[in-house]
Amino acid sequence: MDSIYRDEIIEHYKHPRNFGTLDEPDVHVEANNPLCGDKLSMDLKLHDGVVQDVRFHGRGCAISQASASMLTEQMVGARLEDLARTTRDDVLDNLGIEVSYARIKCATLSLGLLRLALVEAGLSLSDYLKEDDEA
Amino acid sequence: MVTNIANETTEHNSKVSTAEIAASDPRNIVAPPAPSATTPEQGDVAVDWEKVRGDFPILRRTLHDKRLVFLDSTATSQKPMLVLDAMDDYYRTTNANIHRGVYELSEVATDRYEKARARIGRFINAKSSREIIYTRNATEAINLVAHSWARTNLKPGDGVLLSKMEHHSNLVPWHMLAAERGITLRFLDVDYDGMLVLDRLDEQLEGVKLVSVTHMSNVLGTINPVEEIIPRSHAAGALVMLDAAQSVPHLPVDVQALDVDFLAFSGHKMCGPTGIGVLYGMRELLEAMPPFLGGGDMISTVTLEGFTPNQLPWKFEAGTPAIAEAIGLGAAVDYLSSIGMSNIHRHEQELTVYALERILPMRGVRVYGPPAENKGGVVSFEIEGVHPHDIATILDGEGICIRAGHHCCQPLMHHLDVPALARASFYLYTTREDVDALVEGIVKVQEIFGV
Repeated sequence: MDSIYRDEIIEHYKHPRNFGTLDEPDVHVEANNPLCGDKLSMDLKLHDGVVQDVRFHGRGCAISQASASMLTEQMVGARLEDLARTTRDDVLDNLGIEVSYARIKCATLSLGLLRLALVEAGLSLSDYLKEDDEA
Repeated sequence: MVTNIANETTEHNSKVSTAEIAASDPRNIVAPPAPSATTPEQGDVAVDWEKVRGDFPILRRTLHDKRLVFLDSTATSQKPMLVLDAMDDYYRTTNANIHRGVYELSEVATDRYEKARARIGRFINAKSSREIIYTRNATEAINLVAHSWARTNLKPGDGVLLSKMEHHSNLVPWHMLAAERGITLRFLDVDYDGMLVLDRLDEQLEGVKLVSVTHMSNVLGTINPVEEIIPRSHAAGALVMLDAAQSVPHLPVDVQALDVDFLAFSGHKMCGPTGIGVLYGMRELLEAMPPFLGGGDMISTVTLEGFTPNQLPWKFEAGTPAIAEAIGLGAAVDYLSSIGMSNIHRHEQELTVYALERILPMRGVRVYGPPAENKGGVVSFEIEGVHPHDIATILDGEGICIRAGHHCCQPLMHHLDVPALARASFYLYTTREDVDALVEGIVKVQEIFGV
């Protein structure tokens, strides 16, 4: 049971990558987890459909913070079209743990933010994803 | 058609007599509970709390191979064997729709359903069982008052006084009514210790027609001074409703002594099943209110042109009700009475004192809410550097069930400036061993997070 709090998760929680905000971001989005009231925001700098820089901000549990930290690591330098194919399973694989039903929303909060950001950047997600991949 | 109406009238008359004769009718009464205390409701009687714990079969199971430590009774309580048996017996031996059949089974089912109402009425010392309206839960009871009483009696600009510590169930119905009818909502403040601030009560009561506040906070455990709020509200011409979802399960509550106008509570938080709750209302108020939901059972006569509502309490009970659940709640109040509400309250306060003695000195742990003497068995806390959801997940691995989150009180969380809290809550089956397990669990959380 405690194995979900493996060292890498705790390390990302205590020292999240890309944590903070960007001055004059091209995209700024916010999302919350109604289950616990946690809020996260995400800022992106874009150039030619590629993520130049990203920051996320907000309070949350170890699962949501580590998930956002790991996801943003993969975003820098990535094409928006490729990011639009990120699935819920990709995010869970990043974490590398068995996430219980009650905590899935924590794990996928950052994916929800990424998708909001992509829509904000003008992408139509249905071109890239199956309908049932909820975040 | 005429015959139908005649049947309804006869049946309706027999219903009245069923409720009133119920107490003297010995048929098919569920066996009374084996008392765990020898003389209930006496303050200093020794209760065998280990025996009480044994009355709850679920507490014998394990969770993740550990002893089950259930510390989330504020969300819902566990059920004693007596309640499970009463419901099981009803379905096995007596199941039939009530208030309808003229056959024996239906009469016995009706009898059990109405006797449960009478016992629930006595449990909170209502003058009459007609003042006990079965609902699905406290939320529905509050909505009933918002729909039926408030829509009839409030006009635009009238005030409803709530507090900043209300559960969403005592906020959202009023938000909805404010949007629809233009009533004004006001809020009693909550101080740093989690106590209601009554300094400006008289001023806040101006133009207020209804005060609706929680008797006991589900987040902080605060027991609010309703003995003071009720007379002051009445003096200002306002009625008072108490959200008693947390108080009726844990404290002796006497609606006549309180002189409260409406009181709402849920069965599942007081050893009863889900799906059954109660609205208590003073008879004159209920008599004057229009029905809530329309349908079968709540009518006296129906024609193509209209209907005449049934008498109390059935006027507010449309459709086939939760029969087994009402019988289960009747068994639950028998069970709680056999132990004594004063004993239960004292047991929980002793546990709270013990829990605070152990938790307050812990490094990096912050407890919210008033001191033990002003609250029930609720300990809400934070561990520095750890999100409450992570606390709850790690404790779950230790067999400990606590709640983490906003506890359906987002305005209060905002007021306290915390995104979420961890909450341990106690009931009659909670032991010191459970509190010890919680303390060990907190240490384990701190070890895993290196804080």
